[in-house]
Amino acid sequence: MRLLSTKATCNSHGQDSSYFLGWQEYEKNPYDEILNPKGIIQMGLAENQLSFDLLESWLAKNPDVSGFKRDGKSILRELALFQDYHGLSSFKEAMVDFMAEIRGNRVTFDPDHMVLTAGSTSANETLMFCLAEKGDAFLLPTPYYPGFDRDLKWRTGVEIVPIHCSSDNNFQITESALEQAYEEAQNLNLNVKGILVTNPSNPLGTTLSLEELNLLVDFISGHKNMHLISDEIYSGTVFNSPGFVSVMEVLNNRFSDADEAIWDRVHVVYSLSKDLGLPGFRVGCIYSENDTVVAAATKMSSFGLVSSQTQYLLSAMLEDKKFTRKYLVENQKRLRRRQKMLVSGLEKSGIKCLESNAGLFCWVDMRHLLKSNTFEAEMDLWKRIVYDVKLNISPGSSCHCSEPGWFRVCFANMSEQTLKLAMKRLKSFVAELSSSSDNGDNKAHQSKRKSLTKWVFRLSSRDHRQRDQEER
Amino acid sequence: MLSRKASKDSHGQDSSYFQGWQEYEKNPYHPIQNPMGIIQMGLAENQLSFDLLESWLRRNSNTMALKKDGVSAFKDLALFQDYHGLPAFKEALVNFMTSMRGNKIKYSSDKLVLTAGATAANEILMFCLTDPGQAFILPTPYYPGFDRDLKWRTGAEIIPMHCSSSNGFRITRCALEQAYQLGQELNLKIKGVLVTNPSNPLGTTMTKTELNHLLDFAIDKNIHIVSDEIYSGTVFDSSSTTSFTSIMEVLNERNNNNYNNIRNHVHMVYSLSKDLGLPGFRVGMIYSNNEKVIAAATKMSSFALVSSQTQFLLSNLLSDAKFIKKYMVENQRRLKRRKDMLVRGLRKAGISCLRSNAGLFCWVDMRHLLSSDSFEAEKELWKRIVCEVGLNISPGSSCHCSQPGWFRICFANISEDALHLAMHRMKAFTNSIFSVRLPIIMMRKKSF
Repeated sequence: MRLLSTKATCNSHGQDSSYFLGWQEYEKNPYDEILNPKGIIQMGLAENQLSFDLLESWLAKNPDVSGFKRDGKSILRELALFQDYHGLSSFKEAMVDFMAEIRGNRVTFDPDHMVLTAGSTSANETLMFCLAEKGDAFLLPTPYYPGFDRDLKWRTGVEIVPIHCSSDNNFQITESALEQAYEEAQNLNLNVKGILVTNPSNPLGTTLSLEELNLLVDFISGHKNMHLISDEIYSGTVFNSPGFVSVMEVLNNRFSDADEAIWDRVHVVYSLSKDLGLPGFRVGCIYSENDTVVAAATKMSSFGLVSSQTQYLLSAMLEDKKFTRKYLVENQKRLRRRQKMLVSGLEKSGIKCLESNAGLFCWVDMRHLLKSNTFEAEMDLWKRIVYDVKLNISPGSSCHCSEPGWFRVCFANMSEQTLKLAMKRLKSFVAELSSSSDNGDNKAHQSKRKSLTKWVFRLSSRDHRQRDQEER
Repeated sequence: MLSRKASKDSHGQDSSYFQGWQEYEKNPYHPIQNPMGIIQMGLAENQLSFDLLESWLRRNSNTMALKKDGVSAFKDLALFQDYHGLPAFKEALVNFMTSMRGNKIKYSSDKLVLTAGATAANEILMFCLTDPGQAFILPTPYYPGFDRDLKWRTGAEIIPMHCSSSNGFRITRCALEQAYQLGQELNLKIKGVLVTNPSNPLGTTMTKTELNHLLDFAIDKNIHIVSDEIYSGTVFDSSSTTSFTSIMEVLNERNNNNYNNIRNHVHMVYSLSKDLGLPGFRVGMIYSNNEKVIAAATKMSSFALVSSQTQFLLSNLLSDAKFIKKYMVENQRRLKRRKDMLVRGLRKAGISCLRSNAGLFCWVDMRHLLSSDSFEAEKELWKRIVCEVGLNISPGSSCHCSQPGWFRICFANISEDALHLAMHRMKAFTNSIFSVRLPIIMMRKKSF
């Protein structure tokens, strides 16, 4: 008899993908300005490290908050005991106000419809448990965040069917792509419970257009019992026009409050990990007008509550509206500047990006650097960039992109100097590529290829060994 | 439109355990604002030693400001979401556990997985050890929350192993076999046994004999043991016969190679919610020698990570070995005092308790107050105690006890005054019952 569960022994946690492998290589040889200047620069981590000074200065001005004090009095007892899965009401109120502010106050949210979770990782999984049975499917536009393969599918048993988006139209979601995905699910005998989009998109860095949002809403309207989840975790990182339009805004404009049929099937996920750059504090939430979903998700949040210590700290911070307004504006300014730096740096290497207005990364077009229009060639190129150029970037295949040659490159998780160095390295690499192909001199190239192949073998045999050790 | 999990009552939260809570919420006792309100005695919280924690925090304000050696650790903590956990925190935890358990075993941090509370730890272990439809045996009575935590989203089943007051609710080899057989009859594959040691709701520590029975059973059937040791720091009475022994200790004593398999099948859960009284901070963990379980559970902890802000604070707190030692001793002293207060007060009301040496509650015998030996009578009595006497206590049926008339009463989550008042009310209640019964008995006698 198998001693462990299928979940514990299979690979469906999805963590053998290249997304995580690149991370591991980086861990072995991480760049450090002084200690390891030849190391691998981490450009695969979508973190926002640009505005900590603003948060730190707020904390310095508000020492009582981290000291478990309110009006000079200790509230340690209150916080230490607070494990109510309805969440600290002052925190939920501050969160809904913050979310409204990010959306230009064009939508407002009701704190009673919010469920706090330990990060959006937990929020997304919880929504799957609430909306789908094992074997049901959700449609996701590609390319999408690699973590979804684990977060949405692993313990829930839910399937993902991709909606293939193409560079022909800047990876926008089209009606025909939606229909095709739906049909594919039918052919696979999967019951489609809904669509999940990330808006702004990871890895594209673009906001969904009004057309796309209306298309999505129309689609679920037209299908009974179909849900739409909008993961708006990057909503506060929009730094350029066109602005951010939340799916809630679209609903607001098109439907009356009484139209329960549609309001009950649209859910938003949010988190403070990207906007405020606080992934370590584990603050996420589900927002839904569907009372049953809120009730069930609230109980499920027992499995991933937010630390009361953290709820208290952040409720005080977000209540300071003067601060949040200033923060959002300044943060966006810095993101815009960084993105420009990356885009122009890549341009100098003859590399283009998808035009983006949000996020902590660019979606970079390296198709012209591929030996052939294949995913093998993309893997080859990726390995060279990780090992030779020493930049950890994310290959499009790990994001399920249907076209080889695209890469996600992050810009907000390192210093300006490091970014400039990365661009320099890339420039030399591209120059070397074009000169070696010009000269037809493939010898150095081939020996590098050989050692890469050896490395690939080592890596894959390790995987095999791991798999053999797993119980049957 | 929604999943079955979302729509059904499978979350188990409509049991009386939660209903009593709701009644309390409507009419909560307050010494000044609502002195006639319901006193909450259904919440297993440790509120006795906050002053000690508060004074530590006052002396260590730097930790609160997220500073280490004068330098701000804010940025590093804000970014730290590694599911392997803050190394300093895990080190502090294993050192704490090692010393708290009398240095009999050295725990190591690479066998630890941090989770947002024991609630998450238990669910994650179920996800790792069972496929939907498979079962775990649990001795009754057990913590009502397990019905939700172990079964709801995992699809696992619980097979109760009925313990009886005739032997102090101890686990016997016979009862274990019976439960296993029940599993066979129900066509359920049994993957393991989950025990809470010290027990909730009994408040007793498992004896070495029980632990060895458990190990023998698990070896024989080739199944897992999960030992939820969340109350291990609340043991307030430690004679040679009643001290706390962890399953890991008993496992360690089985040193030869025949026991290699079982080493991989024993898993422990712990949390700081009861010992340190910090349920709001969501700090739990899984401890196991089984590398595969650790690997899978670590990835699963992504869904329930502990806030890095909290990890930082507590790693500093736990590393202050001098403080922690003082805290544990004083905390246990205060728990014992409170328990004694409850036991005495109940005795004055003609009510006895199961003899206990741990936990934040007593397992109280009110069988003699039932109008009949039935669960209906238990429910009746419970409703009277909640609504007339104004005490929210937990009926044994909500803990799946096989015998009616037992109740769990908590003593560490209220003030001393409230406890005295509760005992006063109890005495008045039992007096009234006996004063009614006596004439009836007399009348019966007469008619005879």
